[in-house]
Amino acid sequence: MFSFELDKEQKMIRNSYAELVKKLVADTIHDQDEAGALDPKTIQKAWELGVSVSAVPEACGGMGMPDSPMQSAICLEELAYGDASFAIAVTTPSLFISPLLRYGTEAQKNACLPPVCGETYVPATLAMCEPDLAFDAASPKCRAEKKNGAYILSGVKCFVPKAKDAKYILVAASTDQGPQLFIVSADNPGLKVGDREKTLGLYALDMYRVTLENCKVSAADKLGGDNGCDYADVLARSRVGLAAVAAGISRASFEFARDYAKKREQFGAPIGTKQSVAFMVAEMAYEADAIRLMCWKAASMLEAGKPAVREAYLARMYAGEMAMKIGDYGVQVLGGHGYIRDYPQERYYRNARGIAILEGVATV
Amino acid sequence: MANLYPPEAVAKIQTGMRQLAQTVLRPISRKYDEAEHEYPKELDVFRGLPVMGRAKKKDKDPGAAPKKEAPKEDKVGQNLGTCITVEEICWGDCGLMLSIPNAGLGNAAIAAVATDEQLERFGKLWAAMAITEAESGSDSGSISTTAELVGDEWVLNGEKIFVTCADRADCVVVWATVDKSAGKAGIKSFVVKKGTPGFTLDHLEHKLGIRASDTGTFVLNNCRIPKNNILGSAEVKTRTDGFKGVMKTFDNTRPMVAAMAVGVARAALDFTKEKLEEAGYVFDYAKNPNNLPAVVREWYMMEANLEAMRLLAWRAAWMADNQEHNNLEASMSKAKSGRYGTLITQRCCEILGPLGYTREFLAEKWMRDSKILDIFEGTGQIQHLIIARNVLHFSSGELK
Repeated sequence: MFSFELDKEQKMIRNSYAELVKKLVADTIHDQDEAGALDPKTIQKAWELGVSVSAVPEACGGMGMPDSPMQSAICLEELAYGDASFAIAVTTPSLFISPLLRYGTEAQKNACLPPVCGETYVPATLAMCEPDLAFDAASPKCRAEKKNGAYILSGVKCFVPKAKDAKYILVAASTDQGPQLFIVSADNPGLKVGDREKTLGLYALDMYRVTLENCKVSAADKLGGDNGCDYADVLARSRVGLAAVAAGISRASFEFARDYAKKREQFGAPIGTKQSVAFMVAEMAYEADAIRLMCWKAASMLEAGKPAVREAYLARMYAGEMAMKIGDYGVQVLGGHGYIRDYPQERYYRNARGIAILEGVATV
Repeated sequence: MANLYPPEAVAKIQTGMRQLAQTVLRPISRKYDEAEHEYPKELDVFRGLPVMGRAKKKDKDPGAAPKKEAPKEDKVGQNLGTCITVEEICWGDCGLMLSIPNAGLGNAAIAAVATDEQLERFGKLWAAMAITEAESGSDSGSISTTAELVGDEWVLNGEKIFVTCADRADCVVVWATVDKSAGKAGIKSFVVKKGTPGFTLDHLEHKLGIRASDTGTFVLNNCRIPKNNILGSAEVKTRTDGFKGVMKTFDNTRPMVAAMAVGVARAALDFTKEKLEEAGYVFDYAKNPNNLPAVVREWYMMEANLEAMRLLAWRAAWMADNQEHNNLEASMSKAKSGRYGTLITQRCCEILGPLGYTREFLAEKWMRDSKILDIFEGTGQIQHLIIARNVLHFSSGELK
């Protein structure tokens, strides 16, 4: 049924993530971001809530529930409300699990899912972005050449979350039949995980440069085998994921600005009683909502089994633009304090910049 | 379950209404833009369509609110249905939509609060709405038109401007104060029929856009109307519940205005895309926005904004259908749509170049039409005030 309201079950799931964020992330995330490292215990706790494995068959270590992009979007928003680095880190295994689940052959699923779908958080990831001005996820420069029944991957990937500890890396590479995904094991000699990336935002998330040099994988390691995968769908889901992260960052930024504008007094009254500030807060409020609605629309299409390439594209584009605007306003409402790293607004602002740039770092 | 995948019923309404917009409204769009104030007789086909009607209250208790049911599985509620209809009709022509017989704002007010007896007398009339005065715009609580009870009649005095359908309507719902000292609590609304002595249409305005819609000024000079032409209670309470009740109708109408903006902006976007495609540009939602030609990238961004406008409007309407308080969401939808509808139609003209400036095509008209949607039913600034007061929990005294 068409509805703008979460049902009981969705609310329960949302609340479980919200509580975890409130208890374990809210007060410590500033220090984690400064230190450039997330607390593994907190990641483990969030992992146990299970969003990454809920649709994985029980035989493969999951919960055997129906695939629900809406549920994933709701969880991602809550996690990102706490922190975008945290949201991406917790759900990094989804980047591998989710495409495998939908497009993997039985053999691929049976071999690769159980090791990363257990009780313990084991990173597996996706290598999508490339360090190139004209990078386009729809046509990666990384190549997969078929040679003697195997594929040789070559190219450079950047911003690969958790690559250093990942058991598997799904690599996006162009083939003669268009872009496809390839399962690369951590111990493949042609795979080199380089230095940790230094970025504008997402300080707490460890992302890496990954080089594929003469990286040989068997034909059976092409996701989906001979049929391959629906790469456009993988991209669409990753865009909805980014929109969900943007919804979380934006809501956090809006709420902080709102509360600040109510408390901070200048000229004898809260600054929020001035229209110039109040109108910025109002705009943040509805744009944060609009990002979520755009995300939900695309997620709902996917949930209904409909193609959502257009909706996902627009949702991510909108999220990238508006999360940036909200982050900007968020810093501005706080004035000088917004510029100081003791306050979270500058972090929201930096993190929001990633939404329009990163590809394949979140998924529903 | 939260689910924004529109049910089939939505597509059904869209298809039907789009057909109507395409075949009935578009062909006469330019004609009535140029023939300002002339009644679009082609719209007579809409007469009798219960756009703003309601059934009589059958309950024995006449004071009881009509029992509404939440929309069932795959059905579309009334407010959401109207939103979808309005978008399509305004895609056809926004000025003509405002000229659809018996679908005035006054009809909405009557449908919302009239007694069965009043519904009997006024239900079939085309009702305009007169709120604004020369000195009283957004601050509608400050109106100075008076209503005084003399014997069995109300005597109305004052002047009302910006009345939509001024010439064509059969009656006008007039806002007047019964006790100026009571402030907003003293403001009531009255149904004044055309032809009532002392009630004259002074003139019609010449406007930037929506020229098909006749906007006029009324003078009320010792205009006497029956006592039972007052909508709602005549009692002046110390609290402003009555005024707030009137303002509440805006919670239902603002998402509709937002939907109007969606319709006009979509018309501009559709036309712009058509011309860009003729010029060889491709729209396939595949390439990274950074690698697109600037006009295509911008078009996508405008389309994304259009979708956001639509979803905000649908949410507010859906909440109304489900009896949820939607004051905040209604203003959010109007704030977003009013502003972005204006921006989209402006930009489309610019992208279209000479094709956007010539009156040979309708793009220039859509830019003029769209501007009103950020003004009437509460300007964008008023919407931002309402939103800010809501989210910051400031009273109208604290956040002026």
